[in-house]
Amino acid sequence: MTGLSFDVSHFLAGALVLVSFILLYQTRLLALINIFAIQAVVLSLSVAWQAFVQDAPHLYITAAIAFLFKALIIPIALHRIIVRLGIQRDAENVVGIGPTMLAGLALVALSIVVMLRIAGDADALAREDLAFALSVVLLGLLMMVVRRNAVSMVIGFMSLENGLILAAAGAKGMPLVVEISVGFSVLVAFTVIGVFLFRISERFDTVDAQALDRFQGDRQ
Amino acid sequence: MSLPGYDGVTAILALPAATALIVALIPSYRVSAMVNVISSLATFLIAVSLFSFRPANGPYFLVDDLNVVFIVLNTFVAFTTSVFSASYIAHEIETGRLTPMHLRFYHAMYQVLLFAMNLALTANNIGLMWVAIEMATLTTVAMVGIYRTQEAIEAAWKYFILGSVGIALALFGTILVYMAARPVVGEGLDGMVWTILMQRVSEFDPALLDLAFVFLMLGYGTKVGLAPLHAWLPDAHAEGPTPISAVLSGLLLNVALYAVLRFKLLLDANAHAIAPGPLMATLGLVSLIFAAFMLYRRRDIKRMFAFSSIEHMGIIVFAFGMGGALANFAGLLHMTMHSLTKSAIFFTVGHIAQVKRTQKIADITGLTVSQPWLGWSLVIGVFAIAGLPPLGVFMSEFLVVTSTFARSPILALLLVFGLIVAFGALMLRLQGMAFGEPTGGDKPSTASSLPIGAHLGLVLLAGIYPPPPLVAWFQHVAAMLR
Repeated sequence: MTGLSFDVSHFLAGALVLVSFILLYQTRLLALINIFAIQAVVLSLSVAWQAFVQDAPHLYITAAIAFLFKALIIPIALHRIIVRLGIQRDAENVVGIGPTMLAGLALVALSIVVMLRIAGDADALAREDLAFALSVVLLGLLMMVVRRNAVSMVIGFMSLENGLILAAAGAKGMPLVVEISVGFSVLVAFTVIGVFLFRISERFDTVDAQALDRFQGDRQ
Repeated sequence: MSLPGYDGVTAILALPAATALIVALIPSYRVSAMVNVISSLATFLIAVSLFSFRPANGPYFLVDDLNVVFIVLNTFVAFTTSVFSASYIAHEIETGRLTPMHLRFYHAMYQVLLFAMNLALTANNIGLMWVAIEMATLTTVAMVGIYRTQEAIEAAWKYFILGSVGIALALFGTILVYMAARPVVGEGLDGMVWTILMQRVSEFDPALLDLAFVFLMLGYGTKVGLAPLHAWLPDAHAEGPTPISAVLSGLLLNVALYAVLRFKLLLDANAHAIAPGPLMATLGLVSLIFAAFMLYRRRDIKRMFAFSSIEHMGIIVFAFGMGGALANFAGLLHMTMHSLTKSAIFFTVGHIAQVKRTQKIADITGLTVSQPWLGWSLVIGVFAIAGLPPLGVFMSEFLVVTSTFARSPILALLLVFGLIVAFGALMLRLQGMAFGEPTGGDKPSTASSLPIGAHLGLVLLAGIYPPPPLVAWFQHVAAMLR
């Protein structure tokens, strides 16, 4: 791999991790969704670059799916849900922003240490791509843990999934990447429909996941 | 042996897929329930034929001595559950909990689930297997939430989020396996094909494989319901329709277990990778002991048996984790016995909850008086699942314990401790439910006795006189599993 293509992939993968961090400290839902859309754009650029570098045309499809579905359709749908539910300010964290960011830093450090040590034989790009991808996955998990609200949980899950797509695209010649990204899109569509369901059935005053745990005590 | 022009694998995939389309179009729920039963029976019969007539293994599909056991068990329980489901949903329609429209969706989803599970079990490709398990998860999520009550939606949401995270971690593990395979096997499809991976795995980078197994174990382990990743399981079992609880416990947990077992085989074949056994044994033992104590605090009958499923999956994973011919044999036998017994219990519990109109353990009393057939079925089912002789679960638990005693007495003591704690909880609850003064609900139930009788009969047979061909087959597979 030449110097330039290496640098560009590296830059895009790094940008994905950076955007994951930005997601962590958003306090308003609408801003959170906008940042997520940016992350999806970065992901589709990164996958498209991999398609170009690896000369793998099927990855362009994955990039297109990521762009259309995650940068346009899902953010617009979530925007509308949020405006209709009137929960624009509702992205409270269970844990404070400071500790969350520190935990995020620790997770990125962990994944870099683990990955760089383990994947010693793989080429430098694959290794660093995997380290970045694992960071995005772990940051997505962290976001799902620290957020209380169902919409931000969904966004946490989608950003986790972005990390997986990055890893799959970076694994040179991996088959079924397109199928897997379609599979994930179905999964995500289900989550969004799920959030819709909460609204339609009007059985919940809130899409706060903690409210869902209320009945826990009675139903053991 | 293979028969020209006959392909059992395509048939067990195409049949459920086609049936799903057909039942989605049939307006009458009685007809679609019939179609559901007939199609499931046909799928089971074709699956049995895989024992003797196997198609050649391709890059996508594989039938070997290991997965044929899973396929046949799966299709059998799917068939009996469809019989139970037909009598169960008739009652749900009468009470108005479900509408005919719901049932079209329900039957279609049931067949899609069968398709996805058969696909996961026959897949020769780790990517395809992942897609199939994801699909099975999604269909069960849709069915768990079908009652649309607050509790059902909560359960479906929880199952969905935890299941998706599990599935995502499993995918990361799958990608890592491909990364490990690529330098050896080469780029493209070959790097994900089981049969090729198994041949070349000794040359893979062990460090990458280790990391991959951690992700795969956590990911698919979530779907197996191992503590501490089990949180979705009790809710999903308690709030969905009872046939789905039976399918979840009896089948879907096994499919995830199959995935774990396959990857364990892969790691075992690489001399430099970590031994996967101790990790599995630890998770299994923790699940067993945790679930045994949790059994005491349950007030909902389906929730209690869901925790019992966690307990038994713990025992099975522990047995496979210990490894060796005897423990693997015990694990396979226990998996079969647990599937049969637990689905029989859920069939019984489904009818009990319908006659009594409650799932609260405290409100269910004197069943042997008011509903003799259901009451005694429950007694036998709970005796079986608690591991009393002469039923089959006793046999398999005994084998797990003895094989562990021979190698690690301390682990065996912990295992026995967990079993006894669980036994106490089950007997305590059973006494209240089965005996004493009956409270209401003495209207005769329309329960179909066939599925319950067939399952408990098989469990009894396995306990008294396990059929020699079955024993020989399991011994052969156990040797294959190392």
